[in-house]
Amino acid sequence: MAVAVDVSKFESVTMAPPDPILGVSEAFKADSSPLKLNLGVGAYRTEELQPYVLDVVKKAEKLMLESGEFKEYLPIEGLAAFNKATAELLLGADNPVIKQGRIATVQGLSGTGSLRLGAAFIQRYLPGVKVLISSPTWGNHKNILNDSGVPWSEYRYFDPTTVGLDFSGMIEDIKNATDGSIILLHGCAHNPTGIDPTAEQWGTIADVIEEKSHLPFFDVAYQGFASGSLDNDASSVRQFVARGLELFVAQSYSKNLGLYAERIGAINAVVSSSDVANRIKSQLKRLARPMYSNPPVHGARIVANVVGDPSLFDEWRSEMQLMAGRIKGVRQSLYDALSSVDENGKDWSFILKQIGMFSFTGLNKNQSDNMTDKWHVYMTKDGRISLAGLSLAKCEYLADAIIDSYYNVK
Amino acid sequence: MALKSVLTCRTPFTLSKVLEVSSGERCQSTSASNIVVQKVERGGRIDRKLEGGRAAMAGRAIARSNMRAGKRFMSTAGWWSHVTPAPRDPILGVTEAFLADTHPSKVNVGVGAYRNDKGKPVVLQCVREAERRIAGSKFMEYLPMGGSVKFTEFAIRLAYGDEADVLNDKRVASVQTLSGTGACRLFADFQKRFKPESLVYIPIPTWSNHHNIWRDARVESRLFRYYDPATKGLDFSGLMEDVKNAPSGSFFLLHACAHNPTGVDPSEEQWKEISQLFKEKGHFPLFDMAYQGFASGDTEKDGQAIRIFMNDGHQIACGQSFAKNMGLYGQRVGCLSVICSTPQESVAVKSQLQQIARPMYSNPPLHGAEIVSTILSDPELKDLWHKEVKEMADRIISMREALRFNLEKLGSKLNWQHVTDQIGMFCYSGLTEEQVDRLTREFHVYLTRNGRISMAGVTTGNVEYLANAVHEVSK
Repeated sequence: MAVAVDVSKFESVTMAPPDPILGVSEAFKADSSPLKLNLGVGAYRTEELQPYVLDVVKKAEKLMLESGEFKEYLPIEGLAAFNKATAELLLGADNPVIKQGRIATVQGLSGTGSLRLGAAFIQRYLPGVKVLISSPTWGNHKNILNDSGVPWSEYRYFDPTTVGLDFSGMIEDIKNATDGSIILLHGCAHNPTGIDPTAEQWGTIADVIEEKSHLPFFDVAYQGFASGSLDNDASSVRQFVARGLELFVAQSYSKNLGLYAERIGAINAVVSSSDVANRIKSQLKRLARPMYSNPPVHGARIVANVVGDPSLFDEWRSEMQLMAGRIKGVRQSLYDALSSVDENGKDWSFILKQIGMFSFTGLNKNQSDNMTDKWHVYMTKDGRISLAGLSLAKCEYLADAIIDSYYNVK
Repeated sequence: MALKSVLTCRTPFTLSKVLEVSSGERCQSTSASNIVVQKVERGGRIDRKLEGGRAAMAGRAIARSNMRAGKRFMSTAGWWSHVTPAPRDPILGVTEAFLADTHPSKVNVGVGAYRNDKGKPVVLQCVREAERRIAGSKFMEYLPMGGSVKFTEFAIRLAYGDEADVLNDKRVASVQTLSGTGACRLFADFQKRFKPESLVYIPIPTWSNHHNIWRDARVESRLFRYYDPATKGLDFSGLMEDVKNAPSGSFFLLHACAHNPTGVDPSEEQWKEISQLFKEKGHFPLFDMAYQGFASGDTEKDGQAIRIFMNDGHQIACGQSFAKNMGLYGQRVGCLSVICSTPQESVAVKSQLQQIARPMYSNPPLHGAEIVSTILSDPELKDLWHKEVKEMADRIISMREALRFNLEKLGSKLNWQHVTDQIGMFCYSGLTEEQVDRLTREFHVYLTRNGRISMAGVTTGNVEYLANAVHEVSK
């Protein structure tokens, strides 16, 4: 059938570049080498390198099937039972902030969608205010801020010489920012580095933020997944809240409940009064309506069911400990392998000090390319490997690849 | 600029100069909040209620009590004193109000979600079966940014027809979206990015969220005539005139079938004329198809407008929703497709649509897409679906007949022919806002203030009550 138009309306549309993170998996799939290893996207794998659907999720889905739930629209702000559960998980069920109604919670499309609502809100109500993001940070943070029309700049975070936190650089940059800026912080298990501030360092960060009247915006994508404990992993957020700071928090259940595909998370605003909380909630809804009208119900119901049933909740805690434990075990094994293969005595202990799914290896782009081209190890070009995709069985191979890339490629 | 400095005041810092507040010191009270209000008023564009003052005072009350408790509270007036409460969504707010009403005879003909004759929500049998098959599935991994490829392939076959050339030629870019809303929003953002100077023409009236979508996408909009209140039908000559007068290459938002809120659709002949005029003007047709199968009961028939434009060679875009026709409201399943001139172009367009989706939600939710794929890939389930969607459409049609019959039986002097002429879920009753308010206040009948009655909420049990109420407020 001939096209009616002479020149296509979309003549000018160029091919978008592949997403640096999600594009890695696509390249991995295309590789036919039996040695290939996918340490790209952050989705948990078992020791057999298979995807993992949590038992509690299967049970929850079965319950939902049996009860024959309706499929009506959720309210714009999402499932009430989910919103209640997620705020309580974040702050602790007894937190006075919750009792006082000082937290506004709106169900969002996982971490991305929740961050986007927060960013859209910032653009509308704090036009021109800059968001400071860590250097480095999850790549999509920049896209989210750009597409929301929110200006951003970076604060120092990763120190390549120590493969650890550049704490003084971080503090200096936060101090030098215009008063009343917004500071995007990773609540736990920093992505991509795996490097988190200590509790004491968090206290200092909070001091500076308070002094400068900044607004903290926490991205919490790994609560429970980092250390294995929901409470420990929320301690940074809770510390700030206990100090009376107003803040935003984006949550995701992609990793800790393995609900990647169902897009379940929340945007929270902890504020000075319940009146403010209600107003902010209403405006977040007004931003969500022309994006997707109301959020998807399936993931929200799963979370509500798991958290709402004490035995399922306990079982979830165990499964999280299992996942976090496997990651820790793999870190240890990789460290051991690196230490034994490395003839130059480099200190690889940063692998053990880092936490969560990711490790920043310290490899540069060329070295990362060598990992892929020579060793068929797929990772992102910033040197990030996803330990969730590593099995104990592959640690020696990976150590060989890292040593080769680190020493033989500039 | 005074306005910006207050709004972006990161209040504790700048306001502290205004209010002479710093840690440990007592705050000024009302005079300070008045200063805030004055500054805001000079700026003009932002909402200007005294919310700021109230919130500021509440914040200060908490601050004082916390300070007494030895705990510093970060913000006195806080960051958000200028955030006013958003108005209720005109459509979804109706259901909220209905739920809060305890009157035994209350009737909800507000939001467009299908109800059975007992007024209960329905989950289709084909959906229940599909759901059963996919439960406990091993796969919960991220979908690609463009969503489930399997799902989008089925969706576009449904929209364009199995044998469509555009499909065989692989010229259709398609991505899974967050239902119909998400499809419209993705297209609006795409339009803004690649045709930044273009306008979008929106029919009068339309689903209210269309305006929100293009506004938040920052695309300038214009209106085109559509509904004729005198006939309660299509203002065809007005529509054609507005299409003709629009600058060439304008984007037009068209409802493929079962126009929301009026239920008024062009005839086949009229669609053909509209298509021809679009060709002359080089306009871009964007179809919002939220009711395929649900309007007439026949998915082919309901897709006729799209097929006419497609066969005339237009490069259309189409947003589909499976909320109504599969009853998957809460799952948020939809598809945006764009007919391109070559396969390469469709790959490029898809890649750019994905680029817009990534910072909005990364990738769309799986569950609903799996349900749709399961149904459309299985001939028996697909047949069952066709049967069930026809049943829904037939019930709506019979309720239209019943409502009109009852109104005429009551001796209404008004012409109610439009109730049966209009198609789909909604009836544009012609009632005024005052009459609608009376319907709600006096009769506990809930509908949107534009007089739109959701026929899905009408049952054999409530149709007489409804007819009586409508008659009472309109006689």
